[in-house]
Amino acid sequence: MRLALGGLDWTLAVVFVPLGGALLCFLLPRRTAVLGLITAWLTAMATLGLTLDVLAKGAQRTALGGWEAPLGILWLADGLSVSLMAMTASVGVAVSVYAAAYFRDEHTERAFFWPLWLLLWTALNALFLSADLFNLYVTLELLGFAAASLTALSGSTAALAGAIRYLMVSVLGSLSYLLGVALIYHACGTVDIALVAACIGDAPRPAVQAAVGAMVAGLLLKTALFPFHFWLPPAHASAPAPVSAVLSALVVKASFYLLLRLWFDVLGGGGRGLAELLGALGAAAVIWGSVLAWRQEHLKQLIAYSTVAQVGYFFMAFPLSMAGHAGAWSGALYLALAHGLAKAAMFMSAGNLMRFGRQDRIAELDRVAYRLPLTLAAFTLAGVSIMGLPPSGGFIGKWLMLQAAFQQGRVDLAAVMLFGGVLAAAYVFKVVGSAFTPGEHEHRGLAVPAAMEWSALLLAGAAILLGLTLPLLWPLLHVGTAPAAALPLATAPGVTS
Amino acid sequence: MQALFWALVGMALVVIGLYALIVHRHLLRKVLALNIMSSGVFLVFIGLARRPAQDGAALAPDPVPQAMVLTGIVVAVAATGLALALIVRLRSESGRSTLDDPADD
Repeated sequence: MRLALGGLDWTLAVVFVPLGGALLCFLLPRRTAVLGLITAWLTAMATLGLTLDVLAKGAQRTALGGWEAPLGILWLADGLSVSLMAMTASVGVAVSVYAAAYFRDEHTERAFFWPLWLLLWTALNALFLSADLFNLYVTLELLGFAAASLTALSGSTAALAGAIRYLMVSVLGSLSYLLGVALIYHACGTVDIALVAACIGDAPRPAVQAAVGAMVAGLLLKTALFPFHFWLPPAHASAPAPVSAVLSALVVKASFYLLLRLWFDVLGGGGRGLAELLGALGAAAVIWGSVLAWRQEHLKQLIAYSTVAQVGYFFMAFPLSMAGHAGAWSGALYLALAHGLAKAAMFMSAGNLMRFGRQDRIAELDRVAYRLPLTLAAFTLAGVSIMGLPPSGGFIGKWLMLQAAFQQGRVDLAAVMLFGGVLAAAYVFKVVGSAFTPGEHEHRGLAVPAAMEWSALLLAGAAILLGLTLPLLWPLLHVGTAPAAALPLATAPGVTS
Repeated sequence: MQALFWALVGMALVVIGLYALIVHRHLLRKVLALNIMSSGVFLVFIGLARRPAQDGAALAPDPVPQAMVLTGIVVAVAATGLALALIVRLRSESGRSTLDDPADD
């Protein structure tokens, strides 16, 4: 019963509970849905325990096996990693409930979905906890393998091609990152994040610059930042709905998280030129991804391109946080959390619409507003957060970033952010609009299980609630960040005045 | 000097692998290209790993990167296995061993 006593043990639980569950699901394919659901709830509770621990006692460090850095591997749970783990747990529980209903009659897919999904959750939690550049590489690869296998779940030609492309991009990105780790090790003689951060100032410049270039390029490829987004829509749109939800909401965040860690914890703010480049690519992604999303005829393609656009917002935080403005950093993190919840809800409601109408052409959505009101409500609420309208979590994130942009006189970036919101409204209302009108053909809809409708709706509701719970979450986000990066609560929206 | 030589050979392998990954369309060749790339990265890692000389003694090889590269090799083997399994399945499903859409040809 040491679990309840120390933060150390919660840290282990959030990784080893899903890992054990995944192995059990693999060994007992007949009981897999029940085992998977139990594991999902247990993992979520372990995450809650860790979150409360971090909130009460500050960042938690765990030296695995009692070996301290530089020889051993350290796990670090601070505000950044715990808030992403909590988002993962919320999405994870909703996806698990949804998937239990979604795969009820698909025995083969069910037997493979649960072990792979729980392994993916394990890899995510391990990645968010790792404080060691090489361990991050290993978890990144684990995540990529689980995600690529999940993409291939349906076994169709499109899914297999999407999975192969995904796997190759993922391995290429990881190799590029590993090359950077090799150069960092050469320069510093360690891969522990804190020790590297301490030595990187004195390290030879060319080695560090080459390492940063290789690592950032690899992670951009994996995060699907424009112009590296080519692999994302086919992979995310061809997978079954619960898998698309996980890939778009969670897996993309993992490599972005890693980039945030590198940028702020290892490099201490990075270089001006690189930050501007990332910001420009992000701005291009917002515009280009939104326009492409608006032009799609298939619902899942539209949602996948919307992810390309939303990823762009995250990267606009890099130039905005150059001048010591922590607001942009917090805004991007908040936007990432809100996007995770909202995008999972969107893909889940798209899965409901596909189950109902057996196709996902937007023009063929035949009066679903009256026939599947809960699902359409879920899609619309998620859309509100993606557009960044108050009081959603997406609004808070955008507000913080806009505030930073105006304070620094970056009207160009602010204009892109506002225009991106308008484009997002265009593609969300394109779907909502055709949900009210009769389709070209009359459809007799199939029944959609209540669990699938409610899990999507509750998750979308959570994306909205995220905006209202800012005062609760704010202290958590900043546990363990350097004093320079912490921002007093008074400058947050809703608390001013 | 020798360390630099092996690191440069590793970088050359990375570049050759990346080139092959981009230009070849057959998936088996792409998998081979990724393997050559990863060998190159491992060679860079091992080649550059020398403990900094502290008392003027000759540089000693550092065991930590060797352990890391060993892990990396395991990861690369797993990736190759997964990719080959997916390619075999794609070939038996569609008769294709490239990623190109037949509609494009």
